[in-house]
Amino acid sequence: MEDRTIRVLVAKPGLDGHDRGVKVVARGLRDAGMEVIYTGLHQTPQQVVETALQEDVDVVGLSILSGAHMTLVPRIKEMLKENGLDDVLLLVGGIIPEEDAEKLTSEGHADRVFTPGEPLKKITACIFDWFKAKPGS
Amino acid sequence: MQQLVEDLLAGNRRAAARLISKVENDEPEKRELLQEIFPCTGNAYVIGVTGAPGSGKSSLVDCLLQQMRSENLKVGVIGVDPTSPFSGGAILGDRIRMQDHALDQDVFIRSMGTRGSLGGLARATREAIQVLDAFGKNIILVETVGVGQSEVDIVKTADSTMVVLTPAGGDSVQTIKAGIMEIADLFVVNKADFPGTERTLTEINMMLDMKEDDRWRPPVVRTVSVRGEGIEEVWNSLQEHRRFMEESGRLLEIRRERVRRELTEQVEYLVKNRIWDRVKEQIEFDSLVEKIVLRHRDPYSAAYELLEKIDFYGEADKEGG
Repeated sequence: MEDRTIRVLVAKPGLDGHDRGVKVVARGLRDAGMEVIYTGLHQTPQQVVETALQEDVDVVGLSILSGAHMTLVPRIKEMLKENGLDDVLLLVGGIIPEEDAEKLTSEGHADRVFTPGEPLKKITACIFDWFKAKPGS
Repeated sequence: MQQLVEDLLAGNRRAAARLISKVENDEPEKRELLQEIFPCTGNAYVIGVTGAPGSGKSSLVDCLLQQMRSENLKVGVIGVDPTSPFSGGAILGDRIRMQDHALDQDVFIRSMGTRGSLGGLARATREAIQVLDAFGKNIILVETVGVGQSEVDIVKTADSTMVVLTPAGGDSVQTIKAGIMEIADLFVVNKADFPGTERTLTEINMMLDMKEDDRWRPPVVRTVSVRGEGIEEVWNSLQEHRRFMEESGRLLEIRRERVRRELTEQVEYLVKNRIWDRVKEQIEFDSLVEKIVLRHRDPYSAAYELLEKIDFYGEADKEGG
């Protein structure tokens, strides 16, 4: 099963109308051979989680530029768990202050936080490494 | 029965999602799973939605979902988008237009990449339909990739096929070409607030006037999906077509044809696997390739010889799949 296609949901939760960044990331993941499900702007945490469930994704990537990350990310993580999706890799990208990023990862709300200027390769490498190490993959 | 199948039949959405992944990834237990769900299939009505990229297929599916849900029908949606021939990746964006229904427990939406299939559907679309059928959906909407002229696999899969066009799509010769224009049970001219709509409608109708089979004349409906205009008519036409299919016996006919094709494919698949298992076991395939490359042999007689040498019955009881 090693060579099966990795499925990623990239979502923009909350009130944030900027999707240039998330489209660049989606395109980068596509070029790395992944299937990228994009659902558009203004998603509620419920919508994100339900979509992740129906699409049976391996990874959820949240793009948040609104500053609401400390509310949205833990909420989505919690709901993923409630729906039995704890094995999903949760990545966050956006304008996130360092101390928030630290808090999100150390408290287990997100697996990794990417901030502006990080090369796409770092994101794809993070996903590939995780996928390889994942039990049953 | 496998737990996953039990959960699916009990209405568990996660099980449905996992099962679709398993058939899509061609996992070893795929055949067994499909075998187990098969007795619970055959109840859903499958509607295909096809048309050029950007013609409004997803938006129309979204509008139709609303109509169907108002009648309390349970609906499955399969949205197919193209897989890159270079990276194997894909952007699956059909859901963007359907997010109003994301939280509706009786709507299940799944996006699929074509993964090498060229007919407008994904490799495993048919199996995914089986899963959603067994899951208890009354209607399954299948949205193809944005198609050109000849990606018409949907007609082999759907009970009713709706072709979405937009105004000003070329001259009248386009409408009499073979392929996509032949497969419609219903034509929808979307974006009918754009100039050229009347001409497009006329050209489609002229083409239909030439059709000799008069058992069903595909209706031509104009819609403006962003404003919800014409959707009720689309839905009524689809239901009318379904009645025609059921009452005329045509539905049974095409489903029989579909089963015939599927059974043929299954047999061919098994035979092929069995042959290659034997070839790998018994014959130096690579050395034969080398001989052909050096022109010491030709591929035609070599293939014959390969088959002659295979002992099909040596282990005939061994499972070949």
